[in-house]
This record gives sequence, structure tokens and C-alpha cells, in this order.
Amino acid sequence: MGILEVKDVNKRFGGLQALGNVNLSVQENTVHAIIGPNGAGKSTLLNCLIGKLIPDTGSVMFDGQSVLGRLPYEINQMGISRVFQTPEIFGELNVMENMMISCFAKRDGAFRMQAMADMYREKEVVEKAEKMLEDMAMIDKRHDHTASMSRGDKRRLEIAMCLSQEPRLLLLDEPTAGMARADTNNTIDLLKQIKEDRDITIAIIEHDMHVVFSLAERITVLAQGTPLVEDTPDKIKGHPKVQEAYLGEAA
Amino acid sequence: MSEFILQILNGLDKGSAYALIALGLTLIFGTLGVVNFAHGALFMIGAFCSVTLSRILSASYETVDPTQKDFLGNPLKVKSTYMESWLGPDIGGAIIDWSVPLAILFSIPIMIAVGIAMERGLIKHFYKRPHADQILVTFGLAIILQEIIRGFYGANPIQTPAPEALSSVAQLGGALGLEIVYPAWRMVYFFFALATIGGVFAFLQFTTFGMVVRAGMADRETVGLMGINIDRRFTIMFAIAAVVAGWAGVMYAPINAPNYHMGMDFLVLSFVVVVVGGMGSLPGAVAAGFLLGILESFASWERFKVFDGLDQIIIYLVAIIILLTRPRGLMGKKGVMED
Amino acid sequence: MLGLNKKDFNLLMVVVGLSLFAPFILNIFPKDSAMAFFNGGYPDLMQRFAIFGIFAIGFNILFGLTGYLSFGHAAFLGVGSYAAVWMFKLLGYNVVPGLILSVIVAGLLSVVIGYVSLRRSGIYFSILTLAFAQMMYSIAYSDLFGRWLGITLTNGETGLQVYSNDPQILLGENSPIVPHIFGLEMNARLTLPIGPWEFVFPVGYYFSALFLVLAFYLSIRIFRSPFGLMLRAVKSNNQRMTYTGLNPRPYTLAAFIISGMYAGLAGGLLASMDPLAGAERMYWTESGAVVIMTILGGVGTLIGPVLGAGTIKYMENIISKMNEKLLHEWFGFLPDSLEYSIVWVASWFTGEGWHMTQGVVFMLVIIFLPGGLVEGGQRLAARFGAKSNDTGKTAQPAE
Repeated sequence: MGILEVKDVNKRFGGLQALGNVNLSVQENTVHAIIGPNGAGKSTLLNCLIGKLIPDTGSVMFDGQSVLGRLPYEINQMGISRVFQTPEIFGELNVMENMMISCFAKRDGAFRMQAMADMYREKEVVEKAEKMLEDMAMIDKRHDHTASMSRGDKRRLEIAMCLSQEPRLLLLDEPTAGMARADTNNTIDLLKQIKEDRDITIAIIEHDMHVVFSLAERITVLAQGTPLVEDTPDKIKGHPKVQEAYLGEAA
Repeated sequence: MSEFILQILNGLDKGSAYALIALGLTLIFGTLGVVNFAHGALFMIGAFCSVTLSRILSASYETVDPTQKDFLGNPLKVKSTYMESWLGPDIGGAIIDWSVPLAILFSIPIMIAVGIAMERGLIKHFYKRPHADQILVTFGLAIILQEIIRGFYGANPIQTPAPEALSSVAQLGGALGLEIVYPAWRMVYFFFALATIGGVFAFLQFTTFGMVVRAGMADRETVGLMGINIDRRFTIMFAIAAVVAGWAGVMYAPINAPNYHMGMDFLVLSFVVVVVGGMGSLPGAVAAGFLLGILESFASWERFKVFDGLDQIIIYLVAIIILLTRPRGLMGKKGVMED
Repeated sequence: MLGLNKKDFNLLMVVVGLSLFAPFILNIFPKDSAMAFFNGGYPDLMQRFAIFGIFAIGFNILFGLTGYLSFGHAAFLGVGSYAAVWMFKLLGYNVVPGLILSVIVAGLLSVVIGYVSLRRSGIYFSILTLAFAQMMYSIAYSDLFGRWLGITLTNGETGLQVYSNDPQILLGENSPIVPHIFGLEMNARLTLPIGPWEFVFPVGYYFSALFLVLAFYLSIRIFRSPFGLMLRAVKSNNQRMTYTGLNPRPYTLAAFIISGMYAGLAGGLLASMDPLAGAERMYWTESGAVVIMTILGGVGTLIGPVLGAGTIKYMENIISKMNEKLLHEWFGFLPDSLEYSIVWVASWFTGEGWHMTQGVVFMLVIIFLPGGLVEGGQRLAARFGAKSNDTGKTAQPAE
């Protein structure tokens, strides 16, 4: 039994079968990559996992509980955090405020009316946010406005925010899309570091094979909305079906 | 039965005005992406085009009639209009009488000028600003426009009669054996609105310009990428919307004596109409305009009355219910104005 | 101090100081001098400064923090006034029950309106709130519920007022027959002539100013709280917020209710100064007015709404007092033709043309100074600050 179990998920958009009988099992404390050509249904699948879309049929179980029918924030509170393709952060606030929002969300849940307390006097939250920024080597940027940061820094902050929630499953949607090589390598190192430091399961959707093969322990190949094969990176590299459906095309 | 039809007819004139204003609002919103709070002011300016033209046409001079004396024994002063003295009492009188329909032509250059000035001078600079800023700046403009009108025409409503031939009541439904008495001018207003709406739709449907505009409403970015000169088209679109709103006002003048705040009064309801119809949907705006006009009329029907005063709040109630059950309005498209 | 950091405490003290000394500041010109016309220190206007300050502070908690632009806040102002006047009618002229009820009623109404309107965002939200407020206006204007129940609830276009045959069960024999707080009449005042000056200290003003300071203090606390942080998160990125495990709707609703209660308090205070309530207080131009005040002062800033409300109310009172006769007096020293053309132009913007001035100022602010007066002040300060910094550097090159 994996931490995330996707069973027979189907999703249609009008006449288009976006996902057809998807089965997927992500084991706890692994890095699981989902790859596939454009339009293979990777993003649709991801959106079904976090409550942005609801599958037509099938089940999605996280840690033995169904996520279907739950709102995105409820799913997040269950322990699934998502990193977006374009970094989604609070653009008008500074780095520290961004971090504190996610730390408050972890401590107080989806809603807590705390209108009379000074946020900077909530010691545990401030300390936790600062600790996380230190871990991510962003502590000297704490007063920076996020709107003026580089894409790599925004990504780093977004990952930091997700991690501060201590998720059990971290979903990454093409985390290095649109990044220069150096930034990509930094991100790979960062993710490796994260994996080493904590008990966390990571599911990653990625186009860049360099990223996939540097990180993944298991790989699922998706084509036309259906999983073709699931195996270890070494096996996937040599798999004829994959070559045909994906790698061949890429090469 | 005849009462029933009369209620529908009663709703048509207001419904027509709502539809015309909402049509322009939607055109501007769909093409330019701007929420124009000053659109009601265009309606009001149109109504004052009627007032102005009728004043110009009935400009008069005084002569002394030596044959008659007033009650103080002085020679009687007689006012006569230039129109009548130049063109004879028949033609001149008719022109004065028909000043409101003539104002349709008179208003075209004025509305175009106002529209272009508004778009080029102000709204153009707000395309990229948040919607809240657009609302606020056009709200400010609306205040200024209505103050200008108040400055020139005063605060009181100005009666502007329809041509005598059209200001009687019409007997409708004779062929059906029904007794329906209805003011002729309201009928005229309704058909005028239908023609205008039809004209706008035909223009959008059958001209290249209209095609581009429709494409732009469907997907603004793509049209921009096609290298079509969007800016000029935006300006033209804005001018067209201004003329449509202006015409709605011109012809409304005999129904409701124009005053300086009529634009604001209609604007609020027109926004409700736009939202009910579905933001960005032209047929939705027109349908919702007539629908809400008729609904308002039915809510005030004595025989049908659920409770007193319902007519004054029915539009809001319906709008709230529709928005809650059909969040995109009657015919709205997904993704319009949903941040 | 008081749970505030030093900067915020200083800001609070500025507001306290301004409130305390407003009768001096606003009556800066001697009574019989030519400039006395510009004195704003009469009771009616000072009360409005404080009351609309409260209204704008509350509006800013919603619009400034969450970015939800309500165009219907006048509804809460209106019901607050009606509630207070009803308390005067039923219980007596002590303002305490009236103010309590006005806050409660406005709070309840904002739960309903907020719950429905907040299901939509952006322009839809603005229009929904506008529709609700206009509906409330129509209901009040036609006294719909009153007619329905067979009683007088809002008294239609006449407006609600207190009559001598009202129950007023708490009205004792010696109770004042004007609004009062435990015997201290709201329209009482102390006049202090000092030389050519004359300063007026009205009870009603200080009573309202007390609430203004309290409202301002609470707004600082909210701005600095985790709740305030979440409201800013709503404005900044709703999507990230939900995917961070936060539910934006109760946060926004709470902000809506709080700002509705502020507006209700302002409405109750208006009725406490002058025991009348009319439907026109709910008309959508009133909702527009609070938007204008907040933006003119500086939306999303602490002090902005107070400054904006003060500026607008001052301008409204002073400018609408300027009539043509006065203008002719002022420009009488000029040659006639020049005098008449200046007066002609000025008359567009003064007296009844006050709304024109308001519209122009508002547009100029939106176009050139979106941050309002506060941003203007900061820009000025930055300019002067930069200069003094430069001189500082050149003066101490050794360091």
C-alpha cells in the first residue's frame, strides 16, 4: 500500500479523454516521477490529486483516506503540498510574511480568528519561519519584496513555504520549467537535500530528463492519458515502449 | 389577457433602455476589458442632446404686433421661432415638433466625439490597471460629466415632448379583439431599440471589422498577436457603444424628462442587467435587459401583486438569485472576469 | 505599548493628538479675520470628521486589506442610523443602547450580505454589494417592510424621527430631550474665547472622536495581526492561499462583517448627533463617497482613511459654502472683466459645484497618485529625506 493510491481514474473534457483508467501507487519516502509527452494528461492527473479537478470515476486515496470531494485547502491540510509550474507566492508581501502565512496555516488550520495578536510576537511561528529561511539559505532576503525576486528565488521560497507545512507528500509540477541550467542544477541539489533531511514523499512531473533521472527512484510513463509502464529509472531508460512513446520523440 | 399583454408592453420601454445600455457596456467590456461606470453618463448626454436640439430648433425672437395690445395697453410682443419664419409655419413647425427623432442624427457626431475623447483621453491609460481602478476612474468621470450637465441645464427635469403625431395613445390588438391602449411613443422606442440592437448585431456579424471584434471578445490575446491594429478598433468600438447609449437616451427623453442624474440611476440597473445576462455575452445583455424590464412591470401589476413595493426590489432579488444559482449569469462564458 | 510597536504607537498618538486639539487646529484663524471662512472648527463638521473617519477606517479593513471593493457600504451606515433612532423612540435619548443596537444590526446585515456577495469576487462582488445596497435603499425609501407589517419602520421619504408620543420608556422627568450620554447632551458645547480667537469644544465631537481613536486603535491591531496577514494574503494570491491549506472565505467574511460593524457604528453616531435617519443615507452615492475618502487618503494604509475622510468632509463643507457673492467679494479687487471670468470659472467648482471638485480631485488621485495622500506625503518625505541624506554623506566623508 503506497501513501498515494490512484485507482481507475477517468476524466473527460467533452470529447477528449484526458485520463483513461489511471492507476498509480506512490510509495512512502520515495521520489516518484511522472513523465510523458505534452498532452499526456500529467497536469490533469496532478489537478485531480489536489482537488482542482474532480475525476469522473475512480478513487484517489491519500494515506488511506479519499481526497475526492474535498476542497483544495482540506486536501492540503491532510498533508499534500503543491509547487506550481510558475511559482505561486504572495507577490505583494515580503519573504518573511510569505513564510509566516504558511507557518500560521500549519499551526492554526484553515481558519482561525486571531485579530488582536501581533503576528511578530507569535514566537513559535516567527522562529519556525526563520529556521526554514535559514535552511533554505534565504534568511538575508527576509525583508525583500517577492515581486522583485528572480524566478529561482521565487521557486525556492515556494518550496520553503510548502516544506514549512511539513507535508507528507510534496507535488512538484515541472519545478525547473523556464529555468536556466544553473538554476535547474541548484533546484536539483535543493530537492536532493530536502529528500535527505526529512521523511517526505515527492511526486514530480517533469519534462527535463536530466532532472528526472537525477532525482527519481520510480518513474511512471504516461501517454495519452494512460500509464504505459512504471519502473525504476534504469529500466525505464531501456524500455522499448517508452523509447517509442516518449524518449524517441524527444531525441 | 389584454391586461397581461399590457404588462409586457409596459416593461418593454424600460427593458429597451436597459438592453441598449447593457449592450454598450458589454461591448466595451468584451473588447476593451474595461468596466465603464461612466456609461450611464453617455445615456444621460444622449437625452440632453434631445433637449439641446429642441431648444436650438425652437430658438425664437420677439416682434411687436401693433394690431394687438396686452392687458396694460402696450403693443403686444409676439414670440416667433426662426424655424417657422424661415421655412414657413408648416415645415418649420413640423421640424420643431420632430426635434426628438431629429436628435438621433444630431447626437451622432456629439456621441462619437464624447466617446473618442473619453477613450483616447482617459480609458486608454487604464487598460492595464486593475478593474478596481477602472471602476473608480470612470466613476469619477461620471460625476464630472453629470456636474457639467447640471451646470448648463440646472437640476430640474426638462420636459421634452415627442412629436405630436406619436404622442397620442395607440389602440393595439384590435385584430385580436383585445382592448389595449398604449402610448405610441413607447412603441416607437421599443422598435427603435430593436432596430438599433439588430444593427449592432448585423454589424458584428457581417463586417470584417465586426468579425475581428467578435474574435477579440472571445480571445483578446490572439487577436493582438494577429497584428491587427487593435488600438484603433478599440476606439471605434467605444465610439459605437457611446452612440448606442446616446441613442437610448435621445429617444428616452419624452418618456422620462431628462435630469442630470438619470444616467447614474440607469447605470446601476444596467450593471445588474449585464451581470444577470452574463458578463461578456451580448445576447445575454439584451435578453436580460428585456427580461428584467418586463419582470419589473409584472411586479407592479395590481392583480398579480405578491406584496406591496415588490417592483422596486424585484430586479435586485432576481439578480441575486441568478448570480447565486448561475454564477456566470444567464449566458456568461467561463473565465470572464473571474480573477 | 498597548500591544503596539513604537511606530504604530506614535501613529496612534498622532491621531489622539489631532482629535484632542482639533478645535484649536481647525479654528486657527481669528474669528473676525478674513480667513475665518476657512475655519472648520464648528461642531457639525468636526463630528463628521470623526464619524466618517470611522466609516472609512472600517471600509479600509475590507478594501485595503482584502482588495474586495464593496460598492454598498452605505447600507450599513443607513441601518445603523435607523437602529439608533428606533432606540431613541423606544427607550429614550441615551445614546448607549442606540449605538449598541446599530452595531449589532449592521453586523447581522453584513453577515447576510457578505455571505451571499462573497461567493463571487472581482467585479461581480462589487456589483452584488451595489445591488444589495440599492435594494436596501428601495426598501427603506418605500418602507416596504413597514407597510408589510402595517407599522412605520423607516417612515419612507420623510425619514425616521422621534415624536413626542413615542414610548421612550426610559425617559425620566428630568431627562434631556436631545441625545445625551448619561445626561451629558451631545449638542452641548464649551466656547473658549482667547483674544480674537474663539474655540468651540462640542460634547458630540469628543464623544465621536473617542470612538474614532478606539476604531483606529483596533484597526492597527487588526493590520498587525495574523488575521490581518491572512487578509493581505487574500488580496495577493487567492490560489496560493487555498493550496496552503487556508480557507479564504471565512477570513474575507470576517473582514466584511467587521467593516460593516464599523459602518453601523458610524451610522449610529450620525443619528446620535442629530436624531434623524433617512433612506438617502443608504443611496449608492454614499457608498461611492466612502470609496473616494479611502482612496484619496491612501487605501491599505492605516492613517489614510482618516486623512481622506477629513479632507473630503472639510472640502465639502468649505467649498459648498462658497457662493458667487463671496467669490465676487474675494476677486473684487480685479478689473471687472477679469473678476467676472474668474468667478464664472470658480463657480463651476464651488457652491453646488462641489461635486465637480470632488470628481476632479478623485480622478487626479486615481490617475497620478494611486496611493493617495499618504503616498504623496511619502514622496515628499523621500525627496526631502534624500536631500538630507546627501548632505549627511558629504558632511561626513571620513566615515
